[in-house]
Amino acid sequence: MGEESRGQESRSAIRRDAAGIAAYAAAFGASFGAVSVASGLNVWQTMVLSLVMFSGASQFALVGVIGSGGAGLAAVPTALLLGVRNAFYGVPLTRILGRRSLSGPRRLVTAQLVIDETTAMAVGHDEPESQRYAFWTTGVLLFILWNAGTLVGALGGSAIGEPETLGLDAMIPAAFLALLWPRLRTVEGRVVAAGGALVATALIPLVPAGVPVLAAAPIAVVAGLLPRRPGRAGRTGREAAR
Amino acid sequence: MTGVWVAVVVASLGCYALKLAGVSLPASVLERDDVQRVAAMLPVAMLAALVAVELFDSAGSLGLDLRLLAAVAAGVVALILRQSFLVVIIVAAVTTAVLRALT
Repeated sequence: MGEESRGQESRSAIRRDAAGIAAYAAAFGASFGAVSVASGLNVWQTMVLSLVMFSGASQFALVGVIGSGGAGLAAVPTALLLGVRNAFYGVPLTRILGRRSLSGPRRLVTAQLVIDETTAMAVGHDEPESQRYAFWTTGVLLFILWNAGTLVGALGGSAIGEPETLGLDAMIPAAFLALLWPRLRTVEGRVVAAGGALVATALIPLVPAGVPVLAAAPIAVVAGLLPRRPGRAGRTGREAAR
Repeated sequence: MTGVWVAVVVASLGCYALKLAGVSLPASVLERDDVQRVAAMLPVAMLAALVAVELFDSAGSLGLDLRLLAAVAAGVVALILRQSFLVVIIVAAVTTAVLRALT
């Protein structure tokens, strides 16, 4: 058994993992498509979100705010704030992907595939070659199936008369909760989540739709800038950023 | 309708610009501890606020649709049982659909 066959073994393992994630993304994309149309966006707008925004939490946030009556522009900052974490994935990925993936026009393509799943797959391997292979395989497959799923869901959703009867509107809070869930493992996470929920709820009757969610952002800033207890400094923040 | 298009295009390009910034900025900027901690906490605060607004915003005033609350509670049960993301949102949708059919 030489290095080569071991490399091939890990490549097929990577392809299998990537296919699993992508199949899941297809189904999740279909639910996004249905929810987006149910929230009042048309099929084209829904597809632009999946093709260009290509970041699940931000997409759900945008259609969630628009669906709950927010003026279009009020939804933009929320989607952007949820997209900030993708910028931070650039730190590990710049090292992993190297100059070739990040020079000239290739950087523009690479950047679009920087999301939770591709970052997790890339940092989950040890060999640089496997890391790059995992990033590209997951990214390309996921992009294709996420968009195919969105199209099917959006077309199916627009064919349905009243999405409420199918409970599609309940998918949005459930999706946010599922995305939030792993971050509630730390005390800090639970405190910030409770603070964000309280501030947003208190502001609902006082300010226009969309603003209550934005008002939760300063809580994250305060929590992030508070001094750490010695010994844990930096570590929790960096882990949570992954 | 135009307002929605503007939001879709601006937010989409903005989210792409954030990704592009991440693979373009010098690592020293993004590696600062305080910057990382704020970035890690932003999704927590925003997602919790989004759940709250989905649950308690009734056309601009405080209100609660018990069928939505039941859906989210069912989702929590699925999460505690370590079900996948997809199972969680399907459980929530089915719960609401069944309750709406019954009530």
